[in-house]
Amino acid sequence: MNILAMFKPNRDAKHYPGFGAVGVLFFTFLYFPILVIIAYSFNSNRIVSVWQGFSWQWYASALQNEGLLNSLRVSLTVALFATLIATVIAVSAALVLERGQNVKHAKLSQGVVNLPLMLPEIVFAVAILILFSQLGIQSGMLKLILAHSAFCIPFAFLPIRARLQGMDNNLEQAAQDLYATPLVTFRRITLPLIAPGIFAGSMLSFVISMDDFITSNIVSGGGATTLPVYIFSLVKQGVSPELNAISTLIMVASLLIATPCWLIAKRSR
Amino acid sequence: MKKLSWNFWGLLPAYLVMSLLMVLPLLIIFYVSFMTSDAYGGYKAIFSLQSYSQILYTADWDDNLVLNFQYLKIIARTLFLSGATAVICLLVSFPVAYYISRQSNNMKTLLLYLVTLPFWVSMVVRVYAWVLILSNDGVLESSLRFFGLVGDIDSLLYNNAAMMVGMVYTYIPLMILPIYASIEKLDTRLIEAASDLYSSRMNTLRRIILPLCKPGIVAGFILVLVPCLGTVLEPMLLGGGKTMMLGNLIQNQFGVARNWSFGASLTVLLLCIVLFFLMFQAHRASKLRELS
Repeated sequence: MNILAMFKPNRDAKHYPGFGAVGVLFFTFLYFPILVIIAYSFNSNRIVSVWQGFSWQWYASALQNEGLLNSLRVSLTVALFATLIATVIAVSAALVLERGQNVKHAKLSQGVVNLPLMLPEIVFAVAILILFSQLGIQSGMLKLILAHSAFCIPFAFLPIRARLQGMDNNLEQAAQDLYATPLVTFRRITLPLIAPGIFAGSMLSFVISMDDFITSNIVSGGGATTLPVYIFSLVKQGVSPELNAISTLIMVASLLIATPCWLIAKRSR
Repeated sequence: MKKLSWNFWGLLPAYLVMSLLMVLPLLIIFYVSFMTSDAYGGYKAIFSLQSYSQILYTADWDDNLVLNFQYLKIIARTLFLSGATAVICLLVSFPVAYYISRQSNNMKTLLLYLVTLPFWVSMVVRVYAWVLILSNDGVLESSLRFFGLVGDIDSLLYNNAAMMVGMVYTYIPLMILPIYASIEKLDTRLIEAASDLYSSRMNTLRRIILPLCKPGIVAGFILVLVPCLGTVLEPMLLGGGKTMMLGNLIQNQFGVARNWSFGASLTVLLLCIVLFFLMFQAHRASKLRELS
């Protein structure tokens, strides 16, 4: 990538001058805020914007923050259960919609599974809040798990379906020709082959659940505060270096989840 | 017959969860929007259109209905800011998507990974980063001051522009990905052919590339517009208390204001706006399919 090359006239008709500059500016815009948080998290000064010196102290105090650890525990529990439920439902729906013969109302079923993607989240959040209050469900944890399971389903479904679409079903047919029962075919052939899709789908729904703010903020309240809701309450109290350290830790964790997903998706293509 | 029952049992859980946790709550919202609100949250099962009329009219001291633009203003602001955000995203996304599509295969994968990576980072954290940048004595203000570009400014935070920066930042990857997909599908020989026929680059862009990428552009536009219309976080953190959007208004009615039926009717209104755009897109998509 030669900077000077950008200014040389390019005779290629497919080249548009200036698009590269927009690209560079865009990626700067995308990563600048993230870098600012990371940089400030190491500032030893209590006043965030005035740089004093390098320090790890905010990471130490973040890791000892009871409220933070509690909300992390809530988020992990909710995400774990929601992912499990959403993935099982998504796998069975994807198998029917991609492999089932003469599925009735396939288009409608696809729409039903993807319903959460079409609604703005706030609509779902207040709707399910009213439902829970009508049913008289008290447990904050149960409410969160139910709500998260619902909106995670399409995120688990899409990668699994994509995997099934991209995969030759000759192998499954060969297994059936060799008298494997449907269950054995699924366990020995289909499941291992769609495993990357299931992994990607469940990771995606896990992250979507961990990240959710709008629904969790409205639905929780039964003493169950999730991580994003807790961070939001910190932001409302004011900017602090500990908040930057917490945010950086969350970004590192996201990166650790995102990269293997990307690698698996890349390899299986 | 056996096959059919497999299909049935496989789809049953999805149908159960979606009808109980999505469709049923939406029906309840619809129902509550036509009921009378209860002062302590909840609603009374008495039919009334009061909550819908509240969007336009407020009762004054003598119980006369007076036209009130307060909520209309919020609705107009929501539509305007969401539309403007989607337009800005489009203007930036097209060159970026095109730029990525012109790279080598390895570079393409890397850049696409970089586009999607922020999505894995918590949304609250991403919006918070802009609080850090735009706040008083934040990165932006102090660097502007350092270069002597500004004297004394009020604050870069808590206004419509700050909110839009946050919205563009959060949702722009949703625009880049579908546009990139449609540019990738484009047959580059068409561009070469246009150039051989002495079409200028601008002309080729306008007459060949943009029309062929229309499905991706429309999809990206809707993908950005829909979450913007219901956004809650950016107005709360970057817009301050003064600049509310529809999503915040709805949230407030179920929270502090405790006016469920009014909140429900606003929710129905938001749903109608979103459905309008979704149907517009579905209509376009079906027309395109007919053509091809």
